[in-house]
Amino acid sequence: MKTNRLGHWLAIFFGTLYFLLPLVATFEFSLRKLRGVYSFEAYRVVLADPQFQSSFVYSVVLAVITIVFGMAIIVPMAYFVELRLRKLRPFVEFVTLLPLVVPAIVIVFGYLRLYNSSSLLPLTNTSTGTSFLLTCGYVTLALPYMYRSVETGLRAIDVRTLTEAAESLGASAGTIIWRIILPNIRSAMLSGAFLTFAIVIGEFTFASLLNRPAFGPYLQLIGANRAYEPAALAVMAFMITWACMGLIQVISRNTVAARP
Amino acid sequence: MAVSASPARPPRLRVPWAVVGVAPFMAFAVLFLILPTLFLVVGAFQDKAGSFTLANLGSLWTPTILASYWISIKISVASAVLGAAIGAFIAYAAVSGGLPHWIRPTVMTFSGVASQFAGVPLAFAFLATLGRQGLVTLFLTWIFGVNIYAHGFNLLSFWGLTITYLYFQIPLMVLIVTPAIEGLRKEWREAATILGASTWQYWRHIAGPVLMPSFLGATLLLFANAFGAIATAYALTGSSLNIVTILLYAQIRGDVLHDQNLGYAIAFGMIVITGLSNLCYILLRVRSERWLK
Repeated sequence: MKTNRLGHWLAIFFGTLYFLLPLVATFEFSLRKLRGVYSFEAYRVVLADPQFQSSFVYSVVLAVITIVFGMAIIVPMAYFVELRLRKLRPFVEFVTLLPLVVPAIVIVFGYLRLYNSSSLLPLTNTSTGTSFLLTCGYVTLALPYMYRSVETGLRAIDVRTLTEAAESLGASAGTIIWRIILPNIRSAMLSGAFLTFAIVIGEFTFASLLNRPAFGPYLQLIGANRAYEPAALAVMAFMITWACMGLIQVISRNTVAARP
Repeated sequence: MAVSASPARPPRLRVPWAVVGVAPFMAFAVLFLILPTLFLVVGAFQDKAGSFTLANLGSLWTPTILASYWISIKISVASAVLGAAIGAFIAYAAVSGGLPHWIRPTVMTFSGVASQFAGVPLAFAFLATLGRQGLVTLFLTWIFGVNIYAHGFNLLSFWGLTITYLYFQIPLMVLIVTPAIEGLRKEWREAATILGASTWQYWRHIAGPVLMPSFLGATLLLFANAFGAIATAYALTGSSLNIVTILLYAQIRGDVLHDQNLGYAIAFGMIVITGLSNLCYILLRVRSERWLK
């Protein structure tokens, strides 16, 4: 059994090496901007760049809208499918898996052909329309993760009993969803929301092909033109992803603790 | 169903609510997921005048396009197979015991983060690591006097991209395969040992066959994951590495193939490839879940 354990240690060791080296290297690289000394100059330059600020704010706002819009259509759907329309479940499962089957670049290609200026619904004519289209694209990207987390949340509670109890007290469907279901699946929804945020914030394909001033295309632009700033941006992106995933961990741990 | 239909309420109040709740999602799915995909699939089988043809699919068999599919498939297969093997090994090492307790949650949390750390920032990270001025490149030159770039290594190549993709493929594998590895009961191993099985026999006849469907299924999922990816490759190589997503990107941007319907055919080909691998994944997952109950 000794050799066996050695193999495990080696696996963990080389795994750690492979996964930590790029992080260390990126951080070290990001400090090299001034010749001869380590400094946070690259970070200062990036943070002071007005284009960084505007594209980052744009993507954060879009991520928040994506989460709200996505949850607004997914939660009622998942609730009613769980409660009354079980027959729709295979179809919903299929639709929510579709974004994993159809690559993002194919979906956005379809958007560009279906909603271009000469189509019935010319969303790409205005920047608001294109931003809306981008939001819809992000909702489709996040669909598998949002639906999965909401569904897990709904399965963990007794939807039927809660609904009947609320109905017998005279609550309407809207009240039931808003005041009974939502508070009960809040942590599951938050997990889905943070995952969505991590996916959307640096997304490149949709934003670039729809020509929106989002954070992903900005990253690509800096990568093509600067030497040290990209590394600083990569460190920041990693910390954002880390924060989102960390929050999910904290939330799910608290949920488990609350429901022994 | 019978229980929830309480006779006190008139049915007209119930049915519309469910429909109203489901309708926005359905409308969204049709408008922004199903129709755009269908549009491309139909377009792949139409000529410029809109009548049915197989010529677009036939045009895929040109050297440039075939080469781009081929390099995409090679990178996806390499990163999926390597990612699956290494990921399964790390997951097994972290889960099966023998190591300190804190290793397991650390590995799982980090896998959650790293599996989402893809796209443009990942390309930056690897440029800073294995690029010409990257830390590891400089370190190897400094310590061993070996310049890997002088020996034919290039980050903007098949192996460079595969190594980069492994950064999200391995953690994804760890996340997918851990439940299956946890499903291996200690009793199976004990029973096998009591009956005189060697470690190799245990893996060959018991753990291997039980894990195989989840392992293969996860590999297919990793394949589809890599096949549809573009941002990392684009940020890393510009358009110098001709993978199929980058070809399609260039086609959408500037109609480089001078034929719209050929673009639809390329998209259709991608859907077929990722669709097939996902279908096999689902079939294998159904098989493997029999053991996990």
